[in-house]
Amino acid sequence: MLAMEYRGPKRVRAIQKPMPEIKHPQDAIVRVLRTCICGSDLHLYNGNVPDTRVGSTFGHEFIGEVVEVGSEVTKVKTGDRVIVPFNIACGECHFCRQGMFGNCHESNTEATAVGAIFGYSHTAGGFDGGQAEYARVPYANVGPTIIPADMDLDDAVLLTDVVPTGYQAAEMAGIQTGDTVVVFGAGPIGIMAARCAWLFGAGRVIIIDQEDYRLEFARNYSYCEAYNFREMNDPVVFIKKITDWMGADCVIDAVGAEAAGNTMQTVTGRKLLLQAGSATALHWAINSVKKGGVVSIVGVYGPTDNLIPIGNVLNKGLTIRANQASVKRLLPRLIDHVQNGIINPKGLITHRLPLEEVADGYRMFSAKLDNNIKTVLLPPTANQ
Amino acid sequence: MENKTIDPKQIKGWGIDADPKNDPTYPMRDRMNVGEDPDNKHRPTQQPTHQVEKLRSIERPNISAVYGTTVPPQGLSGMIRRLAFKYSENRYRHWLPLIVADRVSVVEGILDDLVHGHVPNIYAEKGYPVEWKHNRTAFIAKMATIGLVTAGVIAILSSGKSEKKSKKKDYLSRY
Repeated sequence: MLAMEYRGPKRVRAIQKPMPEIKHPQDAIVRVLRTCICGSDLHLYNGNVPDTRVGSTFGHEFIGEVVEVGSEVTKVKTGDRVIVPFNIACGECHFCRQGMFGNCHESNTEATAVGAIFGYSHTAGGFDGGQAEYARVPYANVGPTIIPADMDLDDAVLLTDVVPTGYQAAEMAGIQTGDTVVVFGAGPIGIMAARCAWLFGAGRVIIIDQEDYRLEFARNYSYCEAYNFREMNDPVVFIKKITDWMGADCVIDAVGAEAAGNTMQTVTGRKLLLQAGSATALHWAINSVKKGGVVSIVGVYGPTDNLIPIGNVLNKGLTIRANQASVKRLLPRLIDHVQNGIINPKGLITHRLPLEEVADGYRMFSAKLDNNIKTVLLPPTANQ
Repeated sequence: MENKTIDPKQIKGWGIDADPKNDPTYPMRDRMNVGEDPDNKHRPTQQPTHQVEKLRSIERPNISAVYGTTVPPQGLSGMIRRLAFKYSENRYRHWLPLIVADRVSVVEGILDDLVHGHVPNIYAEKGYPVEWKHNRTAFIAKMATIGLVTAGVIAILSSGKSEKKSKKKDYLSRY
């Protein structure tokens, strides 16, 4: 089968690989119908996630048609079209039973701090991802969710990560009616977080980024104010100024390890790997939220350390909430929102490429070429 | 484009999920003490453990019930990874060797390609064709800078060598 293959930092290709096999009685094999490149894939692409092995296939955003099931699979059957949550969850462990499907304890042998994620390095379990024609999906009784008959496949594929992560970012921010919410990062997750902040009753939503085309997209898609931090001396002072010098009630970090805007963070975090990525957005989030406010983190960082002003967290009495999205928990609500026209996931898609052009897709997203927001990859077998 | 003020209530779905009790939210909402969980020892069916060499975090007692089987450790990078997994996720001795192993595996990957008669098309693998198409000026500038820096480094290194050689020659010629 054709699959994306990682060859080293900023080097990927499409190549023929062996078909995936059932390895566990609760496994399923799916034929991938749509798959996306995610902003967090760029951490892998740039070689910033430890234990990212050459030969791995990335891709944690995919939907597919079930073509084979293991002997213990009862919830899906051959021919079903399913949304595959990006996290691999058993549904039975102590954490899954608390709704923490992004923190499963029975899917990742290599690390305890993170549950398994499809195609996201051996630090996240060593599973191949969905940027391929076929993929192995463990715990098929738990994660895969049938795509409603009337749902567009482009909407469905964004329910695997972008929509739930953006929604959970707003949920974790503990937004109360009338709150001012600032979102750092106008990538797909930040745009979705800004859109979802309204659902929780926000009174004002502001998004900050450095790319004008993304800010304009966010203004239109998320109905929010949008500002370019390159046009301000200091984004923290700017936010204080536009919030009556108090700071925002809630701030969402939707950037993570690839943040720009601070040379010291960029050099130590992204170039020299002395930190687990550049923590510029998180630094700004802590300093621009009001005293007693909430910082919600969905931007992804590596497993080591970051330079952030933790003293200010103490002195301001902040609450920090963070997690990988619990996709399985959120899917029923989010499917309703999509079907009721409240969220329009496919509106984020700007590019479609055949899987064969995966290297171009990664470069385009990484270098923000051609006003790229979200790229969908189509495997050759997707239209069979 | 200007920012416009908007009445939030005009936005479709505004406040539909507002919840004054959303404090604290997940994961605290259904928090469960391990001691209160009568089923905390329960595990799903175990995937056979002999399928592939699997490195295990020493912060857990067993191999997880399912695990990925892709790209098992091999070669020099595999040796480094095995060493890294002797230490916990709490230690730099775990993570830094893994980053080194990742870089070693890039070289191993190129050698493996060549051994199998495949010359990797690094220009295409890096997605440069699309950068050439959409960002040509910056791409040319970037490549020129890389070329100049590389040429400069080579020139400095080679001039150092010839200086050393000539010094040695002078030294010998004096005797």
